[in-house]
Amino acid sequence: MVPLETDDMRFDLRVISSKIEPGTRVLDLGCGNGDLLAWLEANKQVSGTGIEQDKEKAAHCIGRGLSVLQGDMIEEVDDYPDKSFDYVILSQTLQQVYEPARLLYSLSRIGRRFIVSFPNFSHYVIRMQLLLKGAAPKSEELPYSWYDSPNIRVITLKDFRKFSHDVGYRIVEEIAIITDYKSNQGRIINRLTNWRATYGIFIIEKQSTR
Amino acid sequence: MNQIDNQPGSAGLVEKKYFTCAEPPHEQVLENGARLGPVTTAYETWGELSEKGDNAVLVTHAFSGDSHAAGYYPGESPEAKPGWWDSMIGPGKGLDTNKYFVICANILGGCMGSTGPSSINPATGKPYGLSFPMMTIGDMIETQKRLLDHLNIASLHSVIGGSVGGMQVLEWCVRYPDMVRSAIPVATTMRHSALAIAFNEVARQAIMADPRWNRGDYYDTAPPDLGLAIARMIGHVTYLSDEAMRRKFGRRLQNKADFSYGFDVDFQVESYLRYQGSKFVKRFDANSLLYITKASDYFDLVERNNSAYSLQSISGSRTKFLVISYSSDWLYPTYQAKELVQALKRAGQNVSFCEIEADCGHDAFLLPDERLGKLVGGFLDGTPRN
Repeated sequence: MVPLETDDMRFDLRVISSKIEPGTRVLDLGCGNGDLLAWLEANKQVSGTGIEQDKEKAAHCIGRGLSVLQGDMIEEVDDYPDKSFDYVILSQTLQQVYEPARLLYSLSRIGRRFIVSFPNFSHYVIRMQLLLKGAAPKSEELPYSWYDSPNIRVITLKDFRKFSHDVGYRIVEEIAIITDYKSNQGRIINRLTNWRATYGIFIIEKQSTR
Repeated sequence: MNQIDNQPGSAGLVEKKYFTCAEPPHEQVLENGARLGPVTTAYETWGELSEKGDNAVLVTHAFSGDSHAAGYYPGESPEAKPGWWDSMIGPGKGLDTNKYFVICANILGGCMGSTGPSSINPATGKPYGLSFPMMTIGDMIETQKRLLDHLNIASLHSVIGGSVGGMQVLEWCVRYPDMVRSAIPVATTMRHSALAIAFNEVARQAIMADPRWNRGDYYDTAPPDLGLAIARMIGHVTYLSDEAMRRKFGRRLQNKADFSYGFDVDFQVESYLRYQGSKFVKRFDANSLLYITKASDYFDLVERNNSAYSLQSISGSRTKFLVISYSSDWLYPTYQAKELVQALKRAGQNVSFCEIEADCGHDAFLLPDERLGKLVGGFLDGTPRN
């Protein structure tokens, strides 16, 4: 694996960045302050573009020299011609999307590959809360109640695998990680991932239809 | 470095210069086929051109603007107002004159030193008036190109401008895509909407309805100040916003406690518009307003007479775009900026976009706002010099 040089970046982003080939075209959806794009441009010479809803964050990104569009990612992705990017990255956002299938389809259209990371709702702590307390799970990573949570989609690693299979996406790689919400540290795990992973990362390619 | 060194500074003293070209019989051929010459362009510059000539930034002004974008003229009184974008141009500012050689030229058709309808027609020895040929935004760019050739500038690090200046930015990008490394269209559109054309038409009619306009022939007599002032009042309504007007004026009365029950000024907003109108007639030519507003109405990057200069034709150019809109701009609303962004994306261009939250309407781009300076400064730093 490519050594991860920066501890400043969220662990899932570090894993994702290690999977990006140098010199490629990358679109980062919900790019925030642009840390991932800036890192990829500096270390992998990618040609990066970001989309960020928040005006101040988008302005911050542009002010640091990144190509960033301020706007709603669902609308923005529609405008790109097919295969405009080598990688489209959607990190920790899928669980907040109203029409995930439609968005993912767009990503598969505009990107050669897309990389998606999301919190794993079948983590054992979440399962136990539902089972033992009978209440909608809350955790330090996901502190919201049912009425104010932006996380409107409950996704597990298993669900995403099945979805990909059903709609004809090829999973190039699946990476399960355990992260510490307080720091940017984490580790990759290989066993009992659906129980133990806090986040899943999938690298997806659209299967050519014949 | 101490605190004071970090403060952005004034662009200082600047001199207006003139460049004349297209002397007959080598007139500039305009988009409509008419020939115009000689053509004089008034311009001002700030900062130094680098040895490699790779740090030039062209600022394109809005319809009633001029070449005086920053600093002061020598001998001006200390109370004089600096140039119209002084908040953006100077050492350490968004367009940092320590880094960039900044140029601003008065547009063709203007009345601030460049050739326009109020200039003397050498064929008759009298001002052109309505015999001035109808020019387009594209024609303005061709005169600016001649100026840059004269200044030995072969490439532009950036072209930046707001409103009609933003249209010029886009026109530069489609006419000389290989010359422009980055482009910053601000508070603008890629085609005039019916609303924008409508306001321009009312402004034009106000001038043409003034008997003193005399079919554009008024340079030896009293000019159509009344019509021009009304045109400016209409303009100012479109530059503000509902919100800005409520905040600035509300229904407050001007120097009185009660209504006059007549047609004198009652409300502050009336007083403001009358003041803006009367101020404008001192510095602007009515015929220039007619020509420039018409040129902006004709502007359409989508459906062009000359398809060689279209957005499709720049596919593959390496120009980096930064499109900026303002949330309360109702003359060129954000949806129009987004249409431009969409067209640029489809053409495969590298484009950034940001809407700036501001309640001042279209005028916001002219007001001091450090957000614009930061955006532009960072974007220019991130644009490669080659």
